[in-house]
Amino acid sequence: MAKKPVQFHLNGSEKAVFVDDGQNLLDVLRRGVGDLTPKYGCGQGTCGTCTVLIDGEPHLSCLVLAETVEGKQISTTAGLQNGSELHPLQKAFMDGFAAQCGYCTPGMLMAASALLARNSNPSREDVVEAISGNICRCTGYEPIINAILAAAKDGGVRRYG
Amino acid sequence: MPVKVETYDRTEEAARALASSRSAKFFGGGTLVMRAVNAGDQSFDTIIRLRDPSFRTIRAEGDGIVIGAGATMAAVAANRDLAFLAPVARIVGGPAIRNMATVGGNLFAPGNYGDFATALLALGATVMLAGSSGRGVPIDEFLRDRDRYATSLVQAVSVPRPRDAGAFRFVKVSRVKPKGVAVLSIAAFVPQSGGRVQGARVAYASMGPTPLRATAVERVLEGQPLDAATIERAAAVAVDGITPPTDALASSWYRAQVTGVHLKRLLTGERR
Repeated sequence: MAKKPVQFHLNGSEKAVFVDDGQNLLDVLRRGVGDLTPKYGCGQGTCGTCTVLIDGEPHLSCLVLAETVEGKQISTTAGLQNGSELHPLQKAFMDGFAAQCGYCTPGMLMAASALLARNSNPSREDVVEAISGNICRCTGYEPIINAILAAAKDGGVRRYG
Repeated sequence: MPVKVETYDRTEEAARALASSRSAKFFGGGTLVMRAVNAGDQSFDTIIRLRDPSFRTIRAEGDGIVIGAGATMAAVAANRDLAFLAPVARIVGGPAIRNMATVGGNLFAPGNYGDFATALLALGATVMLAGSSGRGVPIDEFLRDRDRYATSLVQAVSVPRPRDAGAFRFVKVSRVKPKGVAVLSIAAFVPQSGGRVQGARVAYASMGPTPLRATAVERVLEGQPLDAATIERAAAVAVDGITPPTDALASSWYRAQVTGVHLKRLLTGERR
């Protein structure tokens, strides 16, 4: 079956890849362009660990047909940090012990960064809603919610993309 | 067996391709189709996509609103004309799912996932099919015979705008807060005239293979004042004629026990 060419921007840099019919975006990101930050969890849209931003909005990359992202801006956790400097959300997650096994963390960070890009002063309910599609089986969510609130309070959250 | 993706720019072309294929699935937002692809579902070998931007538009038309089948839950939640449906769109999935899942897809959502379709059923929506017929099918008929429409392209859904926004109520009951798959959902459209219910339509999700009407409840409500006594009688017949399913979330028995309780709370406007 013929491969299809797709061009998109990943964390600000241009990417051109060939994708298979039916291939999902997560697979293209991980195997096609080597960005291993988004994770494969359930493959069903339940867990949220594959969350990436497409044109600033959270999407589940395992359910995105890769060929549909032509010309889009895609942001992943790999684009959050600036060189060796961590993004305020990443710092807050580290300081607040918001990651235990860490498997949900990239999805949580992307869901949170989409929230903070839209709302720099979210309420606790806003945060809970923003990560409601992301499952964490370790932390009980409290440290994650608190870390996102701390990052918002701290300010300086930049938007990449 | 790898799946083939066919992309069309015109609705008629996509409708024709879907109608003429025995093993194609139409791609809305991907939350159902890609899930099946990831799971290795072998029941289809072709995905049909439509790129027509009008497929996603939402527009007011006469007494109703026409929602393009490709409109996402996020687009519905953000649309002013659809303020009465926004709370339903917002309870579907998390933000990422709402950026992807479409109104058309929800009409075909299996088991516990058809919350939006249930609201459309209570509101008496019409499903507009693409193609030469270009006809509208009442949503009751559409859902009753849903498999038959799997080879038809749903172009849009036409929803009558409720005259009194308070007449439409919706609740999703889930075990996981704030978001979880529905144990059951109830959509109730109870317009009143002269202090009495006229034209009640009550629909359930997760109480059968597709969203279904609670006809016994509707009969009790019809022509009555929406007072405590009526609501009590409606709750008593909440599952008359309905055999709720047993699944990983709840047993048939449990659903039958709690449906009346949630119906009563919804009709009295009691916050949980």
